[in-house]
Order: sequence, then structure tokens, then C-alpha cells
Amino acid sequence: MRFTLSILTILLLFGVAQARTINICGACEVKSIDKGVEISISGDTLVLNAGIYPCSNLEITKPLTIIGEQGTVLDGENEGYVLKLLTDSISISGLKIINAGRSYTKDYAAIYTSRADHFVIENNEVDDPFFGILIEKSKHGIVRNNKVYGTTVREDGSGNGIHAWHCSDLEIYDNEVFQMRDGIYLEFVDESLIRNNYAHDNIRYGLHFMFSNHDKYLNNRFEQNGAGVAVMFSKFIEMRQNQFVNNWGPASYGLLLKEIYDAEVVDNEFTENTMAVFIDGTTRINYTGNSFKRNGWAIKVSGGCYTNKITRNDFIGNSFDVSYNSKMNDNTFDGNYWGDYTGYDLDRDGVGDVPYRPVKLFSYIVNRTPETIILLRSLFVDIMNFSEKVSPVFTPDNLVDQMPAMNAFK
Amino acid sequence: MIKILKYSFYDLMRSRWSFVYLAFYMALGFVLLFLNADVSKATITLMNIIVVLTPMIGTIFGIMYFYNSREFTELLLSQPIKRSTIFTGQYLGLSLSLSMSLIVGLGIPFLAYGILQSGAVGNFITLLLSGTFLTFIFVALSLIIALNNSNKIKGFGYAILMWLFFAVIYDGLFMISLVVFGDYPLDKFALGASLFNPIDLSRIMILLKLEISALLGYTGALFQKFFGTNTGFLVSVIIMMFWILIPFCLILRKARLKDF
Amino acid sequence: MIEVSNIQKKFGKLEVLKDINFTIDRPGVFAVLGHNGSGKTTMLKILLGMVLPNQGQIKIDGKDIGGTWAYRKQIAYLPQIARFPENLTVKELIKMIQDIRNEKGKADQLVCQFGLNKFLDKKLSELSGGTRQKVNIVLAFMFDSSICILDEPTAGLDPVALIELKRLIESEKRNGKIILITTHIMSLVEELAEEIIFLLDGKIHFQGSLDQLGKETEEDDLEHAIAAMLVA
Repeated sequence: MRFTLSILTILLLFGVAQARTINICGACEVKSIDKGVEISISGDTLVLNAGIYPCSNLEITKPLTIIGEQGTVLDGENEGYVLKLLTDSISISGLKIINAGRSYTKDYAAIYTSRADHFVIENNEVDDPFFGILIEKSKHGIVRNNKVYGTTVREDGSGNGIHAWHCSDLEIYDNEVFQMRDGIYLEFVDESLIRNNYAHDNIRYGLHFMFSNHDKYLNNRFEQNGAGVAVMFSKFIEMRQNQFVNNWGPASYGLLLKEIYDAEVVDNEFTENTMAVFIDGTTRINYTGNSFKRNGWAIKVSGGCYTNKITRNDFIGNSFDVSYNSKMNDNTFDGNYWGDYTGYDLDRDGVGDVPYRPVKLFSYIVNRTPETIILLRSLFVDIMNFSEKVSPVFTPDNLVDQMPAMNAFK
Repeated sequence: MIKILKYSFYDLMRSRWSFVYLAFYMALGFVLLFLNADVSKATITLMNIIVVLTPMIGTIFGIMYFYNSREFTELLLSQPIKRSTIFTGQYLGLSLSLSMSLIVGLGIPFLAYGILQSGAVGNFITLLLSGTFLTFIFVALSLIIALNNSNKIKGFGYAILMWLFFAVIYDGLFMISLVVFGDYPLDKFALGASLFNPIDLSRIMILLKLEISALLGYTGALFQKFFGTNTGFLVSVIIMMFWILIPFCLILRKARLKDF
Repeated sequence: MIEVSNIQKKFGKLEVLKDINFTIDRPGVFAVLGHNGSGKTTMLKILLGMVLPNQGQIKIDGKDIGGTWAYRKQIAYLPQIARFPENLTVKELIKMIQDIRNEKGKADQLVCQFGLNKFLDKKLSELSGGTRQKVNIVLAFMFDSSICILDEPTAGLDPVALIELKRLIESEKRNGKIILITTHIMSLVEELAEEIIFLLDGKIHFQGSLDQLGKETEEDDLEHAIAAMLVA
């Protein structure tokens, strides 16, 4: 044991001692990045000076650090992948990557990472790739401060900005992704942290979870995507302090939850989305301290959703606060602030004395017959809602906020 | 005709009611803007009020005015003036004075809060335009009722019923038929049905203008496709014009044949 | 000249005028008489074009008035009940009528004659019935029209105003105008009228001078003559 350890230490010391910095530039000894990678050994640092370097399908199989100085451009020349990181501890930074290849059969990416742990991809800019950063079967990687953008107009003609598959312990933060299919896509990704990213104008979702568990996303901003965030078939996802803004369109959501369990949706801000939260088959989700402002639907419930707790949220100026497609309800809506609440608070404890029913009859009818939405904001609908409020017949009768707050929480 | 219009207008402007109406809108505008200084938000709130209120005010004022000004009408009828001139003048006088109360009453507060500098100016104008159209339409409809019923109580009753029909009952029937025939493709029907009620038509036009269209889903997309284009807008304006012209022609016909 | 031929008017099932024919071809005062509801006012309103006959024709100065309106320039009308736009003052009302007719007329003189000066700035809603009737008279007589239609002109007038009114009618008569008048005050008819048009059962029962009426009914005084005719 002792022997092995000392061998290892010697090896390590040797390696450090051997680590070199290789400069690459038009006038340097090493003129191309391919050459640089070829002559380097594990632990070397490649520094690219400003300039345009052709680079396609470059496989990196040694732990290297590649740093692009200001103005470094890798030109993929529209041929397949640009960089392929195929071993652990590779670090890539400061590169601008253009002309990555496109394909309808292969998932070409500007930066492709496979079976490579402890990687760092930072400060890069990827202009109009098929996939931006594609990570497979890797752990403990960091993707930070990158900018990935496309010119996507159709869902099938483009890939995702940052795409991870079968990974764990990733940290993805401070990135900006726009005009891709999905901004950030995670499939079978566990124990990862996604924070402070800005995903906007993506065709499908700003952030997309599939079969991923125990992840957190915090402080991200999702704006004008087809849908802000979709979380599907996942467990134990924590969603905090994100902003879902202006995801507005005939089929747009702020947050779409489908078949998920045990999640926390806390302190998020949903403003002007067609549907702020659409939930379909979710169980044991806590919604706390979120604010829903001026959305079409604040929470639209579809399919069997059980023991969700909605509490201490603000619902202000939404066309529909809560919409249900059935008379069954197994979720609680206690202690929220409802902008439409007209009750009173005689004992001045901040809690309204009259319970509030957040589901309007009209939302029930719209669910049954979508065409009736055309009567939105008509006097008839107001009268109808009022009479349902007085004596509920169609809406779930146990769907009541027993202690509606008198004042907004935020 | 201009003279009759002038005197009707003048007569109304002197009556307390048009000031009450004007003051009401002005107060409404200021209160809305005081509660929410964002003019575009206030414009949305205003929509509900305008779409319901202008037809009601038009109806009630219309019927009251024509019953109350019977003397004036009779005085004019004995003068060397064409009947159509008298009624056109009175109709325009009333409609214009009500529209002016609306436009001035809401215009002043919104101008004061800087509507011109905001992006909502187009929506605001659409709103006022719809209000004006609705005023003209419902004044005309109530005038028809007044001409056909010399009994004031009856006339008043019919007028209220007419307003109720367009404001509430029509939508009720509309909704019921949508729900009952929900298995059939209904968007064309919905589109058609909304054209036959000026209140619905202006409500939907404003809804689409206010970019709530995304809420309307597939049906909304169809409506957006129709109303969103210049042609659609033009068609709606033309239909609104017809809503004024047809009752107006009925007024002239009735006026020509009626004994006073 | 007024020619009325075959005028018929129904209000629903009620046949008010059955077949009215008469001609007035000379100036003078013509009293249209008949019991209450005999259709006097209807007849006068038909002349004015306010009520449209079911049948028949009216010619004024040889021209058919059906569907036209310009002829009303020749007609002064004093309606039975003085009803005006209530919001206006007397002055404004007079001005308005002048404006609509595009004529000044002799309003000032008439206002003086009926002592309306002090009411000029009052609203019509504030005036008493008699004063309103005076305003009514001013409006009717202020223009130089060749035909005057007076429907119960004496209603509510005080004696002084009544004398003024009679004087006015006399002077208009002297100016060569046709004056049609309905009234229930027989002394007024005796005093002013040259000819009587008597309506009964929707028809002209009698048209002729006071003397002729006397002869026909063998009664000396008008009131009795009329009563006799009603009974017969």
C-alpha cells in the first residue's frame, strides 16, 4: 500500500514537473490546434492566440487545458464535431466555435464530451451549432459562463444548447442559451446543480429535465421560450428563485411538470406566461412563496395530481388562477394571497374570514369546451362565475383556500 | 340637418346627464390610473367596463332622450324640414354627444398620465373607437324601439331587454350551444356567431389587440388569423358599420311612415 | 288654396277620418268644429304632414303635398298643447326656430305684444301654462305664412292675451291669410269665423257660413246649432 502511494506521488510530481505550456499561433512553431494536441502530453496547457483555426472532429484523449485568448476562433468547416473530449480532467475555455456540422442522423456538437469526468467547459461562445455542448456519461463536470446561440426557427432542424445524458454531479451555471431547440436539456442526469443561467427565445424549452433525479435549479431566468421549463418523469427536483417571464404563445408554459414526484417549487416568479404552471400527474409537490402575476392560467391541473401543497403564493391578475379538468381534488390550496379575493378580515389577523374558491366555473367550462374561451371577459361569464361562487355545483367543492391571506406576500 | 344636429347636441350638452356621464368617465379614468399608474394595464381594465357600459348608456340615454324630446320633435315636424333630416340630426346629435363624453372623459385622465408616450396608445384608440361604435349602434337600436312604442314604460322595458340580450343572453346561448355541440368543429361557428353581436365583436377585437390572443388557444389562433390581418380588421369595421347603417335605415323607414 | 279630397285615416281599428273632402279657396277664418275625438286635430296634422293619411290627397296652391316638406314654409302651426324642449330659454327657442327657418320674422314685435320680454331668459320648464301658450303663439305667428293652423289657441290665456290674440287673428285675416282654427269656445267662433267646417263620424257634416248653419239647424245661437247637429 505504502509503496503504491509513493509510486503514485512520484508519478504525480513527475507529471507536474513535466507539464508545459504550448503556444499556438500563425507565427508560432505550432500553427494548428490539431498539431498542438498531437504533440502535447497529459497535463499540458495549450494557449491559442487570436486567430481563426480550422478544427473538426478533433479528439482529445489526454487531460489537457485548452485556453483561447481573446479573438480565438475554431472553425468546424461544417464537418461533424468540432472538439471531442474523450477523457477525464479536460478543461476548455475562451474559445469561439463556428461552423459546427449539422446532420439529421448524428448528434453533431460543437463541444462533445463522452465518458470524461472532472471536465471544465467555460467562457466559450458557440455560434449556430447543431448541438452546442453535448455531454454523455460524464460526472463532476462544470459548464459555466458559456454562450450558445443558434438561428433556429424549426424544432426538428436544430439541437439543444447544453445537452447532458447519463451524467451526474454536473454544475451548469452563468450560461446564456438562446434560439436553440432546448436551452438546457438533461436526461438521466442526477445530483446536478443548474443556476444563474439565462435561457431565452428557445423554440421548445428553456430547461428540460427527463428521467433526472435529485437535481436543483436556482436563480435562472427563462424568457420567451416555447415553454420555460419542462420537468418530466423526474423525482426530487428543487426549483427555487427562478424567473419565468413572458413565455407567451398558444401552447406556451412557464413550467410544465409531467409525472414527477417529491419536488419543491419555491420562491419563483411567474409573470405573463400563457400557462404559468401546467401540472399533469404530479405527486407530493410543494409550491411555496411563488408569485403568479398576469398569467393566462396560473396553475392548470390536468390528470391525477395528488397531495400537492400550494401555500403562501401570490396570485395576482391572472385570467384563471387555478383550472381543473375534473371534480376530484386531492391537493391543498391553503393560505395563499388571491388578488380576486373579496372577503373581509374582521379580527385583523391577516387571514380572510371567508374561504376562497380559486376555481371559476368558466375555467371548468373552458376545459370541457375550449372554444368557449372566446367568451373571456364577457359580462355573462362574470355573472356565471359569481353564481358559481355563491353556490358551487360544477367545481371541486373541497377545492377551497380556508385561510386566504389579506395581503400579498411580496 | 347640421342645424338639427347642432340643437340636439346643444340641448344634450346643457342637460345635467351628459355631464354626469362625462364626469363618470373622467372619475373612472383617474381612479383606475391612480390605483395603477401603468396606462397599458389600466387600458385592459377599462375594456371590460367599456364593452358593457357604453351599450347600456347608449341604450338608456337613447330611449330617454327620444321620449323626452318628443315635443322638440313635434315642433320640428311642423317646420319646413324633411323628416329624415330631423331624425338623422337628432340621432347624430345624441350619438356624438355621448361619444364625446366618452372620449373626452377618458381622454383627459389618460393624456394626463402620458398615454401618448406609452405603447398602449394604439390599444387605447381601439378601445375608444369600439366604445364610439357601440354608442352609435345602441343609440340607433333604442331609437327604433322608441319609434315603435309610444308607451314609454314598454319602450324602456324593451330597450333594457335589448341591451340585456346583447350583453348577457346572447353570450349565454352562445356558450350553451358551444357546450352542447362540443363534438363538432365549432370554431367557424364561434367566429360567425361573434360577428352577429356587436358587443362580442368589439370585445374580441380588443382582446386580440391586447395580446391575450395566446390564451385563446386554437380557437384564438383562428380568430387571430381572421381579425389579426388588415382584411379581418377591415371586415370587423365594416360589420360594425353595418350594425349602425341597418338600424339607421330602419329608423328612417319608421320615421317616414309614422304619425305624430 | 287648400283642396282636401277623399282623406281617410285609421289608427289601428279605429277609423278616425272616413272620407274628408273640402276646399278652401279664399282667405278668411275657418273654424273646424266637432265633438271631442272627432278627428279635428288629426285632420290638421294631416295638413301639416305630421300624420300620414291612409288614402286621399291634399293640394295646397294646386300642388300635392304628399311626401313633400317645403310647403310647410307657408304654414304656421299652433299646436294644441304647448310642448317645447325644456332645457331652452324662450329667447333660444325663438332663435332656434328663426335659425332653422332661416328667417327673422317679426318675433320682437310679438314678444312685446304679449308681454313676454321679462320671460326671455327663463327656461321653458319654468313657465306657467298660459305663458307657454303665449310663446306658442309667438312661434306660430312670427313668420309671414299664408296659412295658419291654430289648434285650441286660447287654452290657458288670460283675458288681455285673449284680446291680443283676437286682434292678431283679425289682422292676419286682413292680410289675406287662410286661418284654420279649432276651439271649444263658441263665442270666439261667432266673433271671428266666416265659415264652419263641421266634422262628424269622420266626415264633413257641414261646411258653410254661420248664417247657413243657423238656417239649417233652425237655431239662433251657435252653441245650440252645434248641439242640435250633434244630436241629429
